[in-house]
Amino acid sequence: MIDIVIDVTLLAFLAITAVATLHLTNLFAIVMLFGVFSLLSAGLFVVMDAPDVAFTEAAVGAGISTVLMLATLALVKRPQKPYYAEAPRAHRPWLPLVVVVITGSALVYGTWDIPGFGAPEAPAQTHVARYYIDNALQETGVPNIVTAVLASYRGFDTLGEVVVVYTAGVAVLLLIVGGAQKRRPDPGMRGDQMRPNLILHVIAKFLIPLIILFALYVQFHGDFGPGGGFQAGVIFSAALILYALVFGLDAAEKIIPSRWLHKLAALGVVIYAAVGVVSLLLGGNYLDYTLLGSNQVAGQHLGILLVELGVGITVASVMLILFFAFAGRARK
Amino acid sequence: MIIDILSWICLLAGGALGIVGGIGIHRFPDFYSRLHAAGITDTLCAMLILLGLGLQAGWSLAAFKLALIFMFLFFTSPTASHALANAAQHSGLQPRLDSDKPEVGS
Repeated sequence: MIDIVIDVTLLAFLAITAVATLHLTNLFAIVMLFGVFSLLSAGLFVVMDAPDVAFTEAAVGAGISTVLMLATLALVKRPQKPYYAEAPRAHRPWLPLVVVVITGSALVYGTWDIPGFGAPEAPAQTHVARYYIDNALQETGVPNIVTAVLASYRGFDTLGEVVVVYTAGVAVLLLIVGGAQKRRPDPGMRGDQMRPNLILHVIAKFLIPLIILFALYVQFHGDFGPGGGFQAGVIFSAALILYALVFGLDAAEKIIPSRWLHKLAALGVVIYAAVGVVSLLLGGNYLDYTLLGSNQVAGQHLGILLVELGVGITVASVMLILFFAFAGRARK
Repeated sequence: MIIDILSWICLLAGGALGIVGGIGIHRFPDFYSRLHAAGITDTLCAMLILLGLGLQAGWSLAAFKLALIFMFLFFTSPTASHALANAAQHSGLQPRLDSDKPEVGS
């Protein structure tokens, strides 16, 4: 009963947020609504017993993305009025309506064949999921099956994801920082930094160690509970972004210079790939961690730990690279 | 039994404050008074609800986690309100005063 109430409330709020996003023209408000949307989705994922996904959605969607989009807005400084406000209409309104109605009814028709949520005969439940649930604990010794699937059974996919994250960081560096690499020392441009504010400084100094501690917990406890490298990396970078927001970019760059970040982002990918190479050299398949330890469980455990560490390092440094790229550019 | 009643009082009071805060954000005329309404939702409402939940949980791990969330909100929510008000004042937003003349505020 209460489940249905929560489901309906969350979905209703999701729909309201989506419609409000469409109708608003103030970009800052839209960014905030995106964050609200992500947080609501995270709540839905928790209701659907997917805490790992909820974790990622809350950290990435509601946390980092909002900051990055705000940084982008500060960078482009677009007027509040969107460009399409004055643009002449290129088409009649009924044409998109017809398209949307037809597509929508086709999709609704398609949902009739989808098995119910959590139905045991659903294809998602019958393919390899059964194998994972039956064997993951014995084969990897990792109680959190999500981590076992992500880092071990589907290690190749995750390696690809890490490379995608890394590539995104490199692309942003090329597009935004490239060419204008040298930052002019400009003592006059300090107005956009937050004024020294005692309350914020004290609270931030109190919170940041806790956030970093939590990030480390999420990183290394990901084998046993919800969490892992992706979430931990984002939380870790959130701590440093908070530091940069409160104490200024210069202070943050003193802690982690950009050139370190560039190397760290690559280091994470290298750690991940190197684990695969080591298992090759030991005579196994690529990313087969079994031979890394004295027995299968120990090897799997070590491999998953190292791989997650690589993921965490890459994700954290790419997030920081993105933030510094946008915020540093906006300052100029 | 008493604990049950206490926790329900806390939960209902927290819920009522949340609704009052929501109405306040909607109805108040300017940024600062809206912030006041949002601050109520952020602090007392959330804390009363957490307290009520904690009383329901008894001495357990859940209560400890609720206490941690309580501490986190205790420090961050007022700070967030402060930061918002500070930023608004810094960017030159004047509170709306009773008199209609805008010069009075400056």
